Amino acid sequence: MRIAGKGLVSHNRTVNFSFNGKDYMGLEGDTLASALLANDVHLVGRSFKYHRPRGILTAGSEEPNALVSTGKGAARDPNIRATQQELFEGLAAQSQNCWPSVERDVMAVNDLAAPFLGAGFYYKTFMWPAPLWEKLYEPIIRRAAGLGALSGAANKDPYEKAFAFCDLLVIGSGPAGLMAALTAGRAGADVILAEDDSRMGGRLLAEVEEVDGKPVHVWVAEALAELEAMDNVRLMPRTAVTGVYDHGTYSALERVSHHLPPSQSLKTAHRPRECFWRIAAKASVLAAGAIERPIAFRNNDRPGIMMAGAVRAYLNRWGVAPGERITVFANNDDAHRTARDLVAEGVHVTAVIDSRHDAPDSGEFPVIKGAMICDSAGRHRLESVTIRSVNGEEKLQTDCLAVSGGWNPSVHLTCHMGARPEWNRELAAFLPKPDAVPGMVVAGAANGVFSTYGALQDGAQAAITALAGIGTSVDAVPLPEASDAPYRISPLWAVPGKGRAWLDFQNDVTVKDVAQAARENFRSVEHMKRYTTQGMATDQGKNSNVAALAVLADATGRSIAETGVTTFRPPFVPTSIAAMGAGAEDQGFMPQRYLTSHKASLQRGAANIEVGLWYRASYFAKDGESTWRQSCDREVTMVRNAVGVCDVSTLGKIDIQGPDAAKLLDLVYTNLFSTLKLGRVRYGLMLREDGFVMDDGTTARLGENHYVMTTTTAAAGQVMAHLEYLTQVVRPDFDVRFTSVTDQWAQFSVAGPKARDLIDALVDEDVNSETFPFMACGAITVSGVAGRLFRISFSGEHAYEIAVPARYGEALYRLLLERADPLGGGPYGMEALNVLRIEKGFITHSEINGTVTAFDLGMQGLVSKKKSCWGKALSERDGLMDDDRMRLVGLKPVGAMQALSAGAHLFDPDATVERVNDLGYVTSVGFSPTLGHMIGLAMLSGGPDRMGDTIRLVDHTRGIDTLCEVVNPVFFDPEGGRVRG
Amino acid sequence: MRITCPLCGARDHREFTYKGAALPVPALDSGVAEWDAHVHLRENPAGPHEELWQHAMGCGAWLKVRRNTVSHEILAVELAQDAGLVIKEDRS
Ligand SMILES: [Zn+2]
Repeated sequence: MRIAGKGLVSHNRTVNFSFNGKDYMGLEGDTLASALLANDVHLVGRSFKYHRPRGILTAGSEEPNALVSTGKGAARDPNIRATQQELFEGLAAQSQNCWPSVERDVMAVNDLAAPFLGAGFYYKTFMWPAPLWEKLYEPIIRRAAGLGALSGAANKDPYEKAFAFCDLLVIGSGPAGLMAALTAGRAGADVILAEDDSRMGGRLLAEVEEVDGKPVHVWVAEALAELEAMDNVRLMPRTAVTGVYDHGTYSALERVSHHLPPSQSLKTAHRPRECFWRIAAKASVLAAGAIERPIAFRNNDRPGIMMAGAVRAYLNRWGVAPGERITVFANNDDAHRTARDLVAEGVHVTAVIDSRHDAPDSGEFPVIKGAMICDSAGRHRLESVTIRSVNGEEKLQTDCLAVSGGWNPSVHLTCHMGARPEWNRELAAFLPKPDAVPGMVVAGAANGVFSTYGALQDGAQAAITALAGIGTSVDAVPLPEASDAPYRISPLWAVPGKGRAWLDFQNDVTVKDVAQAARENFRSVEHMKRYTTQGMATDQGKNSNVAALAVLADATGRSIAETGVTTFRPPFVPTSIAAMGAGAEDQGFMPQRYLTSHKASLQRGAANIEVGLWYRASYFAKDGESTWRQSCDREVTMVRNAVGVCDVSTLGKIDIQGPDAAKLLDLVYTNLFSTLKLGRVRYGLMLREDGFVMDDGTTARLGENHYVMTTTTAAAGQVMAHLEYLTQVVRPDFDVRFTSVTDQWAQFSVAGPKARDLIDALVDEDVNSETFPFMACGAITVSGVAGRLFRISFSGEHAYEIAVPARYGEALYRLLLERADPLGGGPYGMEALNVLRIEKGFITHSEINGTVTAFDLGMQGLVSKKKSCWGKALSERDGLMDDDRMRLVGLKPVGAMQALSAGAHLFDPDATVERVNDLGYVTSVGFSPTLGHMIGLAMLSGGPDRMGDTIRLVDHTRGIDTLCEVVNPVFFDPEGGRVRG
Repeated sequence: MRITCPLCGARDHREFTYKGAALPVPALDSGVAEWDAHVHLRENPAGPHEELWQHAMGCGAWLKVRRNTVSHEILAVELAQDAGLVIKEDRS
C-alpha cells in the first residue's frame, strides 16, 4: 500500500511493469520489490527444496527469496533480486522455481514429503546402488536442483571489464562511507566511492532523523553534491565490491544498464549490461554497513514476514506500508523504530513483541515484553501469528510481521584474505578482526558502530587512519550533529518449539536440520554447512550464517566464539561469468596472428590451421581434390620433384648483436657457435637447466658481432625469456643486446630440386654453389628490396629461406608463387611440411616434449665436449644416458592394418598390452607419398638397438592395433645428397 | 597482487611470470651434485622468500623479489642483474 507523498520516489511519475504476466503500476524510484509491495503483491516465488510460498524478506542485495527472471530468450537473466532491480517502463519479470504458476506450484508436494527430505537427504538416499546414479539419480537431482534457469543460448549482450586506480576506495555510502569520502575528498585524495545500491546514502535513505539539523535525506543530497563537484572523487553507484585481493586490488561489479529498458541501453547507447572492475587502491575504508538477521520460529517463512529494517526502508524510502496491521518481533531497541515510524505515518501497529523482559516502552503501541512469536498462519500471505508469553499462547491477526534478531556487521570483505571475524558478546555479533586486510580500515555499522553519529565519526576517522597509512596526513573535518542512540540487544536465535523453523530461506534449511547435523556428528561449522547446505545458495547465507552457527553452538554445547564462522570467499554478490570474462571471448581470448601471406594463401585455396595464435596454411586444395590427403600428397611430391613455397615466418627470430654475442650462443647452445664463420648458418640444440632439450633451431652469422637466431614457433616466447634470464641474471657482464624480430621479417621456404633456378632468377645476386653453398647465408636484393637468404632445409631438399621486411611479405609471396608455377611448383602447407620433415627424421616439439634428452634424440654428438653449456651438467646425470631409455626411431607398418597414429603406445608383440609392458609411444606420423606407406617417429625403449625388430602398436582411442618394423628415423635420402646438391 | 618493477612502477601480477627461488648459479662445470642441489633441492619457507619474477608483459626485466609466502607481502624488489646471482667461474 502506497502512502501518498511519502518517501524518495516521484509520486507524479508512474512506471508500467508486469509481473508473472500481470500489469502493474509503480513509481519512478521504485525497485521491483517496492512496487510489488505497493501493489500488495507479497507472494513472489517458491523456495528451492520444499517449494514453499515465499515473499520479499529484505530491501537489499542480501535478499534470499524474491529472485526473479527478467529479459527474454538468450538475454534472459535469472536470479535477479527484486529488491535491487530498479523499475523501468515495460519491465517484465517472472517468478522462478514454480510451475505452472507461483500460486499453484506442482512441486509443492515436496513440502508434504518434508520429513524425508531433511539434512543429508541426498547423501543418504542416492548412495546405492551405484549404477543408478547416471541413469536415474543424477537426472532427477539435476531437474529439481538449481534456482532459475538460463536460456541455453549464447548471450549476445555486451559486458565489459575496466580498471581503476585511487588513493582511497570507500566501500559503502552510508553515514560512515559518506564521511570517509568527504574527509578524504576535501583533503585532495583520489577517492572512489562505490555503492551497491542505485542511490547513494545507505541506511540513511531508510531512516527518519535529522543530521546537521536537516532531514537526513537532505544532508545526504548535499554531501553527494559536494562530492560530485570534486574532480578527485569518483562516485560509483550500482557497484558492488565483490572481492579483496593482495596489495590493494579489489574487484567490483557495476550493474550498468539493468535499470534501463533494453531499447535505451544496449542498442542505442551501446552500454554494456554489466562491467567488471579491477580497482587498485592504495588504501580503503570498508563502510559496508550491517545486515539484519531473522529470528527462527515455526513457519517464519510466510510471505508477509519481513525484516524490521526492511519494513522501515520500504516505508521511509519508497513510501510503502507492507501491511495494514503490522506486528514487530524483536530482541533489540532498533526494531522499535520501525513501529514508531509506522505509527507516525498512520499505519496500524498491533504490537511490538520483544523477547526481553526489560524492553523499553517506546511509543504509542503496545510492547509485549518477555514474549516471543512461536508460529504463523496464512496460505499465500500472513494472516496471523501466535504469541507465547507468561500468559500462555494467543493468536494475533496481522498481515505483516517485522522481525529483527539484531544486526550482523558486513565483515565479509575483511575475510577475503584469510582473517576470521571475532565474536563480540555485547553486540551479539561478529566484528572484523583489526588489520584483517592491509590498508583497509573498517568503519560504521560494519565495525559494530550502529548509531548515526557514531558512524559519521567512525567514517571520518577511518579515512584519516587509512590515508595516514599511505603517508598522507589529513585534517579532521567538522562532524555534523546526529542521533547517538545506544544499540541494546539480548541474543535470540530460535524460538524453541515444534515444527520447522527456517534459518536459511534460500536453501530451505531449518533449525532441526542443523540440530540433526550436530547429532550425526557434523559438529564443525564447515561440515554442518556442507551437510545441510546452509549458506550455500546464491545469498551465501548473508541472512542465516550467524543464526545457524548459534544453533549449532547450542546443539553441541559450545560457545559461538568456539564454533566460529565458515569462510567468506569472493564474490560478495553473485557475479555473472559474462562480466568476469568480458572481452575474453573469441579473439579477446585468443588473438589471431596472421601471416603476411594470409590473403594470398586463401586465394590459392588454403585451408587454415591454428598453430598457437598463428593461422597457417594447412594445405592448398586444387580442383578435383576432395580430401586434405590428396592435396598433401601432391604438395609433398611437388617439393620432392620441382619446387614448393611455404611461409615459415612463424618461427621465432631473435636478432643478437654485441661483442659477446658468440659467448651467449656458446652458453645457450650445446654445440660451438663461436667458430661459426661469417655468412654461415648452424643448427643448434639448447637445453633447460635440468638437462632436457628446450628447443632447436638455426642461427646465422650476418656480421662480425651480429647473429639472427631462429626458434621453433612453439618455443619462441620461452627462448626469448630464457635469453633474457641468461643475460640479466646469469651473465649480466656479457656485452650483448638482442630483440625479437619475429614480426618484422617475412620468411619463406623455397624447397625442391628447382629451388635454385627460382631463387637465382629472382634475386639480383648470383645464387650458385659457390656463393650460397649448403648452410650459407647472406644479404640479397629482390625487386629493389634488401633481404636475406639462408641456404637451409627442413625438407631434405635443396632449399632456401628468403626473408624480407614484413611489409614486403605479401608481395614476395605472390612473386615466389608466380615464379614457381611455370616450374611445376606451387605453395605447400603445414601438412606437407610435416610429412617432408618426418621423411627426413627431423624433430619438432612433438619429439622435444620436455621429457627427452639430446641422447634420446640421437643428438648426443651435438653436445660439445670442448665447452660447457647451460644444462649440460644435469644432462649427464645417471640414468639420462642409459641405452634402454626411450629413444628416437622410425616406424613403418608391416601388419595387415597399414595405419599408424601419433599417441599410440608400443609393446613387444608377445607381451600383454598393459602399462608395465609399455615400451614407448609414437610422436609423429604421416603418409609418405615418396615411399608409398605410412611412416612414423617414435620414442622406443632401447630404440636404436631394435632396428629391424617388429613391434606392436596399440591405440585404444582410435582402435588401431598393428605391427610395425623399427627403422632408421631418416626414411629418405639418408646420405643427404639432395640437400647439398 | 601487485609488484613494483624498478623500471616501470607498480603493476598487476598478471604482467609478471614466476621462475622460482633466486639462488646464486653454480659454475657450468661444477658437476651433477651441485647442479642437482641448485635445481631440485629447494627450500619451501613459510615466510620471506627471495624469488625471480620476470616483467614479461612489461619491460622484460628479471627481478629479484623478496616476498612473504604466507601474507604475499612484497618486502623488496630489485633488478636481478644487480642481485649478485651471477654464475660462478668454471673451474677448468
Ligand atoms: Zn618493468
